Amino acid sequence: MEKKNDKLMIIIAGLIIGVIAAGLAFLGNPKNMGFCIACFLRDTAGGLGLHRAAPVQYIRPEIIGIVIGAFCAAFAKKEFSSKGGSAPMTRFVLGFFAMVGCLMFLGCPFRMILRLAGGDWNAIFGLVGFAAGILCGIFFLKNGYSLKRTYSLTKAEGYILPIMEVVIFVLLLVKPAFIFFSEEGAGPGAMHAAIGASLAAGLVVGVLAQRTRLCMVGGMRDMILFKESRLLLGFLAILVAAFVTNLILGGFHAGFTEQPVAHTDGLWNCLGMLLVGFACVLLGGCPLRQLVMSGEGNADSAVTVLGLMVGAAFCHNFGLASSGEGPTPAGKIAVIIGIVVVALIGVVNTYVKDEKTAAEAA
Amino acid sequence: MVDARGLSCPMPVMMTQKAMKSKEDYYEVLVDNKTPCENVTRYAQSQGYNVEVEEKGGDYLLRISK
Repeated sequence: MEKKNDKLMIIIAGLIIGVIAAGLAFLGNPKNMGFCIACFLRDTAGGLGLHRAAPVQYIRPEIIGIVIGAFCAAFAKKEFSSKGGSAPMTRFVLGFFAMVGCLMFLGCPFRMILRLAGGDWNAIFGLVGFAAGILCGIFFLKNGYSLKRTYSLTKAEGYILPIMEVVIFVLLLVKPAFIFFSEEGAGPGAMHAAIGASLAAGLVVGVLAQRTRLCMVGGMRDMILFKESRLLLGFLAILVAAFVTNLILGGFHAGFTEQPVAHTDGLWNCLGMLLVGFACVLLGGCPLRQLVMSGEGNADSAVTVLGLMVGAAFCHNFGLASSGEGPTPAGKIAVIIGIVVVALIGVVNTYVKDEKTAAEAA
Repeated sequence: MVDARGLSCPMPVMMTQKAMKSKEDYYEVLVDNKTPCENVTRYAQSQGYNVEVEEKGGDYLLRISK
């Protein structure tokens, strides 16, 4: 009985999130980008001046809302606890390269669903790559991959990222001169819903994602490993709800070409998302889940979020990010390096071990 | 007894899965977070076991029995 409730909960949450995501695009966010954790962390990095790509600079309230929403939900349910210490630098690097993959494809796994729901068939190549990447990660998991344990940390540790989000929100409201915002018509960074709507949407998604443990990479992973469909149902519910909402609001345009903030290079859409799926399985969760867990006090996830942001800044400072015109040569090299590095992290934490790991000891 | 405290998803469930291959009637799993607590419970129930959860100073002890 409880099991059924569980599944119903995540389906309802997924449906609400799908409607909100498609609705945000209608309220001013870029098309098929009601939510995109990668794009929004990238825009935020730009807003803070960590990169100087003028079209993609804006402090996205959705990100702030997700972290604070998750923080509030975890706090209310007494699930907030400061934890960390499980391979922070490895997680930073995995976050960094997950972002390289996201910006090759132009979207995180969440936006991949929204792109599919908007009729952007390029995302099908992304989905194939994503699934392949998850399989790569599962290969290592099955062979004993582990980043070892987290431990309880001082209480303050878990509050740092949520507090940083509040500070960033103040910067968004006050708009001091050192903050960068894309100018009207400059690109995706200039397209956004009103601050209140974006923040509210983020808060709701943060609360729902925290309560249901929603994770885009966990869906396929758990289905393959344990035949557990719960998270995958959440993934599918978002897809269905966003698709229907797009149909109603006129946001559905099927095809490959002229899709918003997307390119048509199938191979690199696929390889980009392969890198994302692979890195996220080794991290234990998709970028959305990392945001939520950092709201729950997980300092390792907070470090991963910083890795994602630094990765985004690198991508735009060194021309690694794709654009509507397609991938860049440097971006392709970066994705290949990323796949190699993530594979090495997999090998090192699976086969090269100086002591018995928790998994083996069990 | 499986000690899965502090491990990321999906390690706690994988460790439980591995342990339960021996098909005994009783297992104990220790986790330190609500998410793996739910996930391990769900997995054990799907394998036809009953699960009792006891909270122990921030950790959760799961008693899994036939």
